[in-house]
Amino acid sequence: MPAHPDTDARVVLDAGDIQRALTRISHEILERNKGADDLVLLGIPSRGVPLAHRIAERIASVEGYAVPVGSLDVTMYRDDLRLKPARALLPTEIPPGGVDGKVVVLVDDVLFSGRTIRAALDALNDIGRPQAVRLAVLVDRGHRELPIRADFVGKNLPTSLVERVKVTLDGIDDLDAVTIQGVPA
Amino acid sequence: MKRHLLSAGDLSRDDAELILTTAAELRELADRPIKKLPALRGRTVVNLFFEDSTRTRISFEAAAKRLSADVINFAAKGSSLSKGESLKDTALTLEAMGADAVVVRHGASGAPHRLANSGWVRSSVVNAGDGTHEHPTQALLDAFTMTRHLSGGKPTLEGRRIAIVGDVLHSRVARSNALLLHTLGAEVTLVAPPTLLPVGVDSWPVETSYDLDAVIPKADAVMMLRVQRERMHGGFFPTAREYSRRYGLDGRRMATLQDHTIVMHPGPMVRGMEITADVADSERSVIVEQVTNGVAVRMAVLYLLLGGSEPAVGGEE
Amino acid sequence: MSTTYLIKNVSVLGGEPTDLLLRDGVVADAADAPADAETIDATGLIALPGLVDLHTHLREPGREDAETVETGTRAAALGGFTAVHAMANTEPVADTAGVVEQVWRLGREAGYCDVYPVGAVTVGLEGERLAELGAMADSAARVRVFSDDGKCVSDAVLMRRALEYVKAFDGVVAQHAQEPRLTEGAQMNEGELSGRLGLAGWPAVAEEAIIARDVLLAQHVGSRLHVCHLSTAGSVDIVRWAKAKGVDVTAEACPHHLLLTDELAATYDPIYKVNPPLRSAADVEAVKAGLADGTIDIVATDHAPHPHEDKDCEWAAAAFGMLGLETALSIVQQTMVDTGLLDWAGVAERMSYAPARIGRVSDQHGRPVEVGEPANVVLYDPGATRTVDPAESASLSRNTPYRGMELPGRVVATFLRGRATVLDGKLQ
Repeated sequence: MPAHPDTDARVVLDAGDIQRALTRISHEILERNKGADDLVLLGIPSRGVPLAHRIAERIASVEGYAVPVGSLDVTMYRDDLRLKPARALLPTEIPPGGVDGKVVVLVDDVLFSGRTIRAALDALNDIGRPQAVRLAVLVDRGHRELPIRADFVGKNLPTSLVERVKVTLDGIDDLDAVTIQGVPA
Repeated sequence: MKRHLLSAGDLSRDDAELILTTAAELRELADRPIKKLPALRGRTVVNLFFEDSTRTRISFEAAAKRLSADVINFAAKGSSLSKGESLKDTALTLEAMGADAVVVRHGASGAPHRLANSGWVRSSVVNAGDGTHEHPTQALLDAFTMTRHLSGGKPTLEGRRIAIVGDVLHSRVARSNALLLHTLGAEVTLVAPPTLLPVGVDSWPVETSYDLDAVIPKADAVMMLRVQRERMHGGFFPTAREYSRRYGLDGRRMATLQDHTIVMHPGPMVRGMEITADVADSERSVIVEQVTNGVAVRMAVLYLLLGGSEPAVGGEE
Repeated sequence: MSTTYLIKNVSVLGGEPTDLLLRDGVVADAADAPADAETIDATGLIALPGLVDLHTHLREPGREDAETVETGTRAAALGGFTAVHAMANTEPVADTAGVVEQVWRLGREAGYCDVYPVGAVTVGLEGERLAELGAMADSAARVRVFSDDGKCVSDAVLMRRALEYVKAFDGVVAQHAQEPRLTEGAQMNEGELSGRLGLAGWPAVAEEAIIARDVLLAQHVGSRLHVCHLSTAGSVDIVRWAKAKGVDVTAEACPHHLLLTDELAATYDPIYKVNPPLRSAADVEAVKAGLADGTIDIVATDHAPHPHEDKDCEWAAAAFGMLGLETALSIVQQTMVDTGLLDWAGVAERMSYAPARIGRVSDQHGRPVEVGEPANVVLYDPGATRTVDPAESASLSRNTPYRGMELPGRVVATFLRGRATVLDGKLQ
């Protein structure tokens, strides 16, 4: 395994792996939707947003059509809102056409307990009534606590509960990578 | 943030910026079909108003309701000053009702401090205007309005020149704005006749001037303060006409403003006295927008105080 | 027969240890001590003449929920006082012989210290016409100090007449110097802080303008004038100037104006609301300097009890005033003695001899602790410290601004004409 700047972290997806995973997800979305019509991509901040934009770029290069992309902040809908100090809100940007009657693909970096997606579905409910909602994630690390599954997965990554999965993305972070960090000795 | 919002001076620059960026997100809600968020579900916000102020009360009420809080309006007409129920007894009643936040408007300067620090209640206290002391959420909405027009929505007023004109002595809006706008990097000039500037104003982080015509051509925003009728009889200035001539904003003075300069007023206005109708209704005037922004800013304050297990960022008291 | 006390090894006014005998109401030669005399080991204690307060609010009649003559004089005894002057702003106002005699009699009945009623200058403190000053002077209460305290005799003509009139019976007008128009709605010292806190200011000039006018009036009519609770640097300067000119003026400072500053108002806790208000640190230093150099003649407490509800509220709604009797000597020790500004003889002058002279009670009070003098004596331990607990106060009220503060000194015993009103720090 290649070394990573973080101590004892091992890289499970490098930049090339991430590019290929996003390309595959983009194709799967188009296949499932039978084209780009009525698609809206909503990234969940913070790292879901650049992922949504990258998927949109790929769809555009295949279909020659700019899919609307936005972001959906779920902070106020989280079920652990009261358990931590009040958190800053992140941007919610709904594309001009809205979500009513559209096929909304929620995009996030890691699918874990499913609670963030549950919050996203609630947030979406207050914004409009999509025809369908799908979920795309770069990594599914398992350990679901709610009956939620992803429609498009970059990589299934079996993990232990004590491990930490970290996604870094060029633009927000220094480089593209997915790493797993074990328990500190 | 601290647990209470009592003075604009309690807000660090980080706090103020967080409130403004949060307000910017929440303002978008006004354009959505469902103008409601679940963040304060199950929380109780009490609007405790010892003075009539329908506009401020409605603004806080809308803010709390859009965050799904339960709202109780408590119009305590006749404060302890007039031998009614005392502030303390009212506070104990609210405490028994399980208020998570008390939004208080009171005629006595410092009444919110007493509510927050005397051990009568455990809830967060938000100052909605106390005597001639402060009105921090008004300053926040004014600053928010300025950033949207002058800073492209970025939460800063670095280097911006703001003129605050009129009865500074009795104005809680002026006090809170002087503190907050300074925190956000603005250069504030208070313009008033000497009788309406407080003693010790030279120690405030502001400039002062008696000459409106010298100040406004350089200003990026001009905020006109209300002149209360009773001041006219207090000998603070000779006549309303003389006041208007020296410190009123009319069409002639408006013509000396820079193109981008906005005109503000915390309301309610005395048209013809401190501001003429043509100025109040001009394109420069953001007076109506101030009202819309007020709801977003108050949502931000309530959310950041009550949304989590403790207030967002900043140090504890 | 009353108990005879032999006080051993006591330092009179801080001097060399000696023995004192208190017998039959007077100080006697310790060599004559009878075998059955009660002996008090006073090693480490100093003896001062019983303190005299020229400015006490006992609230009776009318506000017995705040204080009574009995509870107020108990507090006085615990503070080392053997005489207090009870201010006239009661309900009804002490503006007739009847009211002042009632207060005087209540003091005698309580027995903790001598109560000398102050008579109102004007009827009902209204500032419109003179009260029956002569009748009060001729009454059993033998009133010599007249004051509208709480309100200023602001009318210049009325003040002139009062100053003149009291000469007939060697009285003195004690002025509450507060120009009323300059202090309408005033809540705290006017300055940078009042502007910031949005509390209406009480400017120094409102005090100084009245004092300046009154010293000129006193000079003009050749009367004596007493200035109550002087609180500003400018007032010190004016009184100093007047004394240099030979004006017969005396002035008092309150303990709280020697220690506390207007910064405390930033808490908005009305426990710090007092009239005249707490002033700036520079004013405090000037008042201390004036007290040290004799410009200010006396310390007077302005002991002003208020029930809890009148302080447990918003600042503007709260009553002015703070307790003072039980803490005065400690505050003076901390601010004047421990700082080297006064020695104990200076304290005796300012808290006993001079106030007794001004109040014209020197036949009984403000006498040196010497053989043959009335046995009004306080034993004080300057080495002790204590933390102020309002609950321990003998006053009916609890509005002390010193709660939780550690103060030096402790009154161990107070003797009124040889009878112990306080022993071992406890009321007898």
